Amino acid sequence: MSDPSPTKQTILYDMHVELGAKMVPFAGFDMPVQYPDGIIKEHLHTRAAAGLFDVSHMGQLVITGSDPVKAIEALIPGDIQALETGQMRYSFLINDAGGILDDLIVTRRKNDLFVVVNAACKDQDIKLLADGLAGKATVTELTDRALVALQGPKAAEVLGRFAPETATMSFMSYREIDLDGVTCFVTRSGYTGEDGFEVSIPNSHAVAFCRKLLAEEEVAPIGLGARDSLRLEAGLCLYGHDLTETITPVAAGLLWAISKRRREEGGFPGAAVIQAEIANKPTMKRVGIAPEGRAPAREHTEIADEAGNIIGEVTSGGFSPTLEIPIAMGYVPLAFSAVGTKINLLVRGKPRPATVVKMPFVEQRYYRG
Amino acid sequence: MSIKFTEDHEWVLLEGDVATIGVSNYAQEQLGDVVYVEVPQVGSDVAKGDELAVVESVKAASEVYSPVSGEVIEVNGDLEETPTLVNEDPLDGGWFAKIKVTDASEIDELMDEAAYKTFVEGLE
Repeated sequence: MSDPSPTKQTILYDMHVELGAKMVPFAGFDMPVQYPDGIIKEHLHTRAAAGLFDVSHMGQLVITGSDPVKAIEALIPGDIQALETGQMRYSFLINDAGGILDDLIVTRRKNDLFVVVNAACKDQDIKLLADGLAGKATVTELTDRALVALQGPKAAEVLGRFAPETATMSFMSYREIDLDGVTCFVTRSGYTGEDGFEVSIPNSHAVAFCRKLLAEEEVAPIGLGARDSLRLEAGLCLYGHDLTETITPVAAGLLWAISKRRREEGGFPGAAVIQAEIANKPTMKRVGIAPEGRAPAREHTEIADEAGNIIGEVTSGGFSPTLEIPIAMGYVPLAFSAVGTKINLLVRGKPRPATVVKMPFVEQRYYRG
Repeated sequence: MSIKFTEDHEWVLLEGDVATIGVSNYAQEQLGDVVYVEVPQVGSDVAKGDELAVVESVKAASEVYSPVSGEVIEVNGDLEETPTLVNEDPLDGGWFAKIKVTDASEIDELMDEAAYKTFVEGLE
């Protein structure tokens, strides 16, 4: 028998425990799934005021080299050349078959690229990037920094009290900001559909900064449970569930993340497959699903057509605290992907009617300046 | 007859030959916010250990097993509109089903309130 590797802790672990969090193992870390308020209250608080999330388990990488932009474009389909310094973009690592190996965010900085990747894929990503960039650029993981997200309609007002210059940042932009005498990497981004920020802060100052934020009356700590229900309402994909190495960006409905230039020029892994799928349409497509009634349809719930044939599978599903109904997303054949299409969800073997709907389920409220 | 508990955190209250079934306060705390309860069909027969109901929280679905054998004679219709009764009032308003038991001795094997309290303390 092999010993499972011990779970790691983020620098905020003791604070989570002190706040009464229920800690669970997630991607090798002991993370707060919820605090005493519970998932629904935490979720609604984020939509109404501001929620503080510890996302320090995610990988923070810096790519340096003589031309890191050109180098990374050989590995991802994102149009990094089109970014100005201080702008960021959602993209993915892709295999030669066009399947998604991870989704990530790339920020173009003055002299390098700042990349945030999923915790569960971090080791794989670092190796892929290091191998793919060898001789052209270098990947360094920033292990001395925490990453926290402040999300919600009050996020800008709250962060503005500590760093007034954040107020005018627009969605998907980056600034380096001095907080308590240390340099923080602040981006106006997030994973909730709300306006908000992610702040990369040196571990040495992270706890003190979070305590200051939590002392503001609008701010409550939010766990991974509400993070998941918030992103599902916003129609955002979770890697390992809605995106996998057998799903292409075309099937996932993420073509908006591949610019016209990159579609035409290719030059990234899987480009030929993706170009062919754009021309011929994908076989399957990611859709939003509204189950009738109140029973949630969970991940792996089979999707059937009205005749009972199995046509697909739910990849994320749960309950929407904002709408107070079950919501889901999943993959169906193209012919069943039109909004309004009637399908059945086999919940515990019983077919339950559902409808293909538009996403997001809850409107995104990003700040565009 | 007093309330009895199972190691799976169901409770049973036997009155005459009718057992009311629910889940304990510890169970609802572990489940978190309940958003849906699938109750059994009235008239269905269940054996001890069979799946009786499914409780869905925001995060996950959990099965509730029947601690007794018998026929389901009534289910808690209030749970359809207000599944949070399981959180707010687990030992009373949050009950799931009433079962006409075929073998009341099945209940004798279960823990009484004091034994269950000790059992739960051992889990924490």
